Amino acid sequence: MIANHGSNGYREFITPGRVGLWLFLAVATMIFAALISAYVVRMGSSDWHSLPKPGLLWVNTAILLVSSAALEWARMSERRGNARSARVSFIAGAVLSALFLFGQIWAWFVLHKLGYFLDTNPSSSFFYLVTAVHGLHLLGGLIVAAATVRSSERFQLFVTYWHFLTVVWLVLFTLIVLT
Amino acid sequence: MSHHDHHQSFWTRYIFSQDHKVIAIQYTVTALFIGLVGLVLSWLMRLQLGFPGEFRFLNPGSYYQILTQHGMIMIVYLLTAILLGGFGNYLIPLMIGARDMAFPFLNMLSYWVYLLSVIVLVAAFFVPGGPTGAGWTLYPPLSALPNAAPGSGWGIKLMLVSLVIFIASATMGGLNYVTTVLQCRTKGMTLMRMPLSVWGIFIGAAMALLAFPALFVGGVMLLLDNLLGTSFFIPAVTLFGQQLPREGGNPLLFQHLFWYFGHPEVYVVILPAMGIASELIATHSRKPIFGYKAMVIAMAAIAVIGFLVWAHHMFVSGMNPYFGFFFAVSTLIIAIPSAVKVYNWLLTLWRGKIQFNTPMLFGIGWISTFIIGGLTGLPLGNVIADVPLHDTYFVVGHFHLVMGVAALMAIFGGIYHWFPKVTGRMFNETLGKLHFWVTFVGAYMIFFPMFLLGILGVPRRYFDFEALQYLPTQTAGLNIVITIAALIVGAAQVVFLVNLIWSAVRGRRAESNPWHATTLEWQTPTTPPPHGNWGAETPTVYRWAYDYSVPGAERDFIPQNVPATPTVPAGTARTV
Repeated sequence: MIANHGSNGYREFITPGRVGLWLFLAVATMIFAALISAYVVRMGSSDWHSLPKPGLLWVNTAILLVSSAALEWARMSERRGNARSARVSFIAGAVLSALFLFGQIWAWFVLHKLGYFLDTNPSSSFFYLVTAVHGLHLLGGLIVAAATVRSSERFQLFVTYWHFLTVVWLVLFTLIVLT
Repeated sequence: MSHHDHHQSFWTRYIFSQDHKVIAIQYTVTALFIGLVGLVLSWLMRLQLGFPGEFRFLNPGSYYQILTQHGMIMIVYLLTAILLGGFGNYLIPLMIGARDMAFPFLNMLSYWVYLLSVIVLVAAFFVPGGPTGAGWTLYPPLSALPNAAPGSGWGIKLMLVSLVIFIASATMGGLNYVTTVLQCRTKGMTLMRMPLSVWGIFIGAAMALLAFPALFVGGVMLLLDNLLGTSFFIPAVTLFGQQLPREGGNPLLFQHLFWYFGHPEVYVVILPAMGIASELIATHSRKPIFGYKAMVIAMAAIAVIGFLVWAHHMFVSGMNPYFGFFFAVSTLIIAIPSAVKVYNWLLTLWRGKIQFNTPMLFGIGWISTFIIGGLTGLPLGNVIADVPLHDTYFVVGHFHLVMGVAALMAIFGGIYHWFPKVTGRMFNETLGKLHFWVTFVGAYMIFFPMFLLGILGVPRRYFDFEALQYLPTQTAGLNIVITIAALIVGAAQVVFLVNLIWSAVRGRRAESNPWHATTLEWQTPTTPPPHGNWGAETPTVYRWAYDYSVPGAERDFIPQNVPATPTVPAGTARTV
């Protein structure tokens, strides 16, 4: 790759990678904003029926929050130079993330068993859609992380991305629980 | 760096290249190819409209398929791809003095994903039922139901898949263009010293990043409606006498998602074109661009307001009158920054030493078509005038002039302007002028009569007008004129392609700065520039991009990398 730093007096913190990530977060925000606004509009129709909420979703949400916390711990340990703590908490965060994805798929099975399929009602259509889009963002993050996490900067960016997806999930989860 | 170019095989150098200039050429060639397909499709439509019933292979179904594919190809796969992927890739790093994009690998991936989207698009022509005929706006329920429109089977699905792939590609590209402008400018290249081309592409790319997600979401939901039986957009429908097991879906929701993308998309195309036109006009009239700061602010204003006007495409779909009022006002406000830009181009030309070469002719053609196309947008922005005009040829004339022809004027001008840098050879000026005059005059002969047709009430998207007794018989004559002009203008594009190909191989060798331009891409040590662009050091910038005809200077241009001396003050009074 061709080195490309020319600029006048940018602090080291603002790297192309960081700028690229924040731009991507803006793109992802637009995707979820479009989904949420479509959800809210479609909710207004008379055929909308509230969906049963598997208790599992609460567990999944807790797991995702802990995984975000573990990754933040890893990031802080890495900054402090504590490599062992960083590695342990990173692995914990990654395992919890995988567990969250697994839990989400399980929630799909639970709903499926209750007779709520993709095309049963707009509420179930949206549930499968938003959880799938969110899950794919997580999965993509994990795959990119697996390939690039050895670089310290990339690792920092990965953790930022993860927090973003945790916040997005909290918003989506609130919407799902309330409707 | 400086390791590149050695030890590279043919494959990594020309095919899977991470060099922004090679990727730019790949984008441009692919976009021009698919644009030719779009051109032929427009010929087919014109044959039917000019000579109804004469061409037996055209029927109402295939006409809708042709119409849909023509619109989608031209707007997304030609204009967006060539302006951001082609011009954006070539110009950004060279004009800001960088060695390459911020993420070269992602850049390469962006092109290959774009190519995949084009292949999926073209594949739809060869599947059972053919490509979708649901209109380029893909409105449900027509696009979501089986057997509702031609190409309801494979065609619509491939269209949506292709769009989703294209959005992935445009996002990878957009992240690159914006990050590169923000992070990779060379020493001294402040934002307010950037050429307007870079500003236009930069703002256009940022808009693309924020607009395409809405189409992505709408497209995925439409695909689920079409494929897996959801009813996001499908209301209770009776199809061929049978009540479908769907209800409650909201077709207007799709229209909002579509136009939330669709209107900013107009500016994704027009802002880079505005930037390129500014370069053509300043360089070839040997004058500093008039009102540089106002030009930048106007583009930023257009971008911001451009996100607040989308529902003016939906006045006839029905909405709360207060919303209609809001969207009409925001739409008309965009005329202000647009007019600022037009005045500034005209004042740049004023008393300039205008060189009437091919790039400049296209630059002037841009101003002309942008004015006519833009002014005819004003009545359409008013709800009260839009309602009767909306489904007529008035709209076809308007958006083709302002978005199609004007953008193509900038694209053609830009291709001629930078051709010597890209290939190291000059194009044939006579053929270039021939191409310009036929295209320019012909485009007016095609689209100007459409305003008249529209006012007479000729509806758009119709296969024929036989049943419309109220139309004066002269409309049929006008349609013949338009069709003949369209055939000629289309044929003139062959002159353009022949000129490009012949000149790239056989053209006269070009100097490194044949137009005596100030911007950095003309100051490269070698032409065409190698991978990495610059020699041992990237250039240092001392002045803005438009030091033309500076009083007291030796020559009538001072490149951006020439330091200030006591006799030649940097940027003169216009330093920003």
